Amino acid sequence: MTRWERRHLRNGLLFASPWIAGFVLFALYPLLMSIYYSFTAYNVVQPPVWVGLDNYRELFFEDPLFWKSLYNTLYFTAFSVPLSLIFSITLALLLNQKVAGISVFRTVFFLPSIVPVVASAVLWLWVLNPDSGLINSALRGWVGIEGPGWLADARWSKPSLILMSLWSVGGAMVIFLAGLADVPQTLYEVAELDGAGPVNKFLHVTLPMLTPTILFNMVMGLIMAFQYFTQVYVMTGGLGTPVDSTMFYALYLYRSSFYYLRMGYASAMAWMLFVVILVATLGVLYSSRKWVFYHGD
Amino acid sequence: MATKRMRRVAAMAALVALSITFIMPFMWMLSTSFKHESRIFPPPGEPPYWMPVTDVRDEKGRLLVQYGGKVVPDLGVDDFGLHRLLVDGEEVGAWDHEVEPLLRSGLHWENYRRAFEMMDFRRNLKNTLFICFAAVLGTVLSSAIVAYSFARIPWRGRDAVFILVLATMMLPYQVTLIPLFSLYSRLGWVGSFKPLIVPYWFGVPFYIFLLRQFFKGIPEDLSAAARIDGCSEFGIFARIILPLSKPALATTALFMFLFQWGDFLNPLIYLQDHTQYTLAVALQQFQSQHENAWGPLMAMGTVITLPVIALFFLAQRTFIQGITLSGLKG
Repeated sequence: MTRWERRHLRNGLLFASPWIAGFVLFALYPLLMSIYYSFTAYNVVQPPVWVGLDNYRELFFEDPLFWKSLYNTLYFTAFSVPLSLIFSITLALLLNQKVAGISVFRTVFFLPSIVPVVASAVLWLWVLNPDSGLINSALRGWVGIEGPGWLADARWSKPSLILMSLWSVGGAMVIFLAGLADVPQTLYEVAELDGAGPVNKFLHVTLPMLTPTILFNMVMGLIMAFQYFTQVYVMTGGLGTPVDSTMFYALYLYRSSFYYLRMGYASAMAWMLFVVILVATLGVLYSSRKWVFYHGD
Repeated sequence: MATKRMRRVAAMAALVALSITFIMPFMWMLSTSFKHESRIFPPPGEPPYWMPVTDVRDEKGRLLVQYGGKVVPDLGVDDFGLHRLLVDGEEVGAWDHEVEPLLRSGLHWENYRRAFEMMDFRRNLKNTLFICFAAVLGTVLSSAIVAYSFARIPWRGRDAVFILVLATMMLPYQVTLIPLFSLYSRLGWVGSFKPLIVPYWFGVPFYIFLLRQFFKGIPEDLSAAARIDGCSEFGIFARIILPLSKPALATTALFMFLFQWGDFLNPLIYLQDHTQYTLAVALQQFQSQHENAWGPLMAMGTVITLPVIALFFLAQRTFIQGITLSGLKG
């Protein structure tokens, strides 16, 4: 090693040392402990007691609520992620038309995504209120029909949350806008020379060029959706009502750990969640080889 | 050309319709927050009512109500639940259902007053600002130092370690939640602000990544020249790189502030006493105790949301650049 290499190694480690210490304390240690706890009965107050695979056995074979919460989460993810993608691309495409007042529209679409989640959850609780909320009183007064019970109705509770999630697609929209700005103008000119209309230009130029951005937003959306918690905690008072229809995985995990103090059981749940997220993410990344198009680099 | 113009008109129409839809919930919040409680719940079958409505007082500040076809001052409610009314110079007791509030268009500030009272607003705001400030400062300083190592010092093994940084971003918080809670409770940190601040002084992977992207864009010659001149690594970091990175540092501070301002799960778990609550937790607690107090609830929602919207307008460019930087260069 040369003098410079030694100096760089020393300085590099020194500058990275806050993260290295943080990694050991706040990531590696908890990670290992979490594996250990998942094989124990543990309530924080007393020391953990080894129970082998009991937590996992209970999860898979004796706990219908585990499966229910997994189903609810997959349902939510399966609808909210693709719908949010389509919606945010649509907004970005509309904003990409050269019309007046773009910055105003962009602001309007973006703002809901930075509102504190608790505030937007309380607001939507009021918007979706079956008796006097904005949507149902508009339906009643202007259209003359009776709206659904939204969050009070087990059939509508998940669609309500999916609808609400579409209100906060602003972040993804901004990323798509930047992606659209990066599409080389020459490609459109070439397509026009070939006689492509707007539909063909979208299908054969815009969409392929956006696929890396779609992949990024899709993976981020998946990870967020699987961990969906605050909205449903606030909107159902932490209960996942009605009849467990909004008992999402992260909420059930929270209840297991901090209501029932079953920290060992909840650790096993956390690992199952990690596996589900990993499989879903890797699945998307694997499939992306077939549909993501990288231009140039 | 005609079809191009048609397309533009159609896009405009769609944008206007969608913006109105997006804005409506905000307007609903604002309008509810300024409405007298008797107008918050519209009569059945009526469309949404938007105009703020408030009560009317006489020149002595007494509430005016309608009673038996007359407008009379209400002196307050006595121990029996009777409204003490002043009718033709005489004091009369009347039940709630006999009295109709006199209303006019106008902002009903009472909701804000009630929300502030019921929530211990000042203390919640002070807690939130303290936690935000301490966490933002820690995040910016520590993430910048660590990002410098990954962006500007060519040490052996650096890229492998950086992959580890990225990998920790993928780790769902649920996995570390319980061991960290257990660790903090053994340290006696549960019920204090420490779990909401200390971890952010050890570099936050997302911001390390974001700042690294930015630092990498600064010409390498600057560092090389300074090194040959005998400048220390910390000197290069503090005197060359940091001053050139103000936009990225501002983005980090801004995003982290927003995250802390709205964070719910961590304060929910670690703050155990209502005197410690942040605004987000206080709002949720308030909501769970007063489910139908929509006036004060929307007032509080407005108060928590307004600083965020104000920040956006002050730092619009920082926002958009930050999101783009984190999203595209990934």
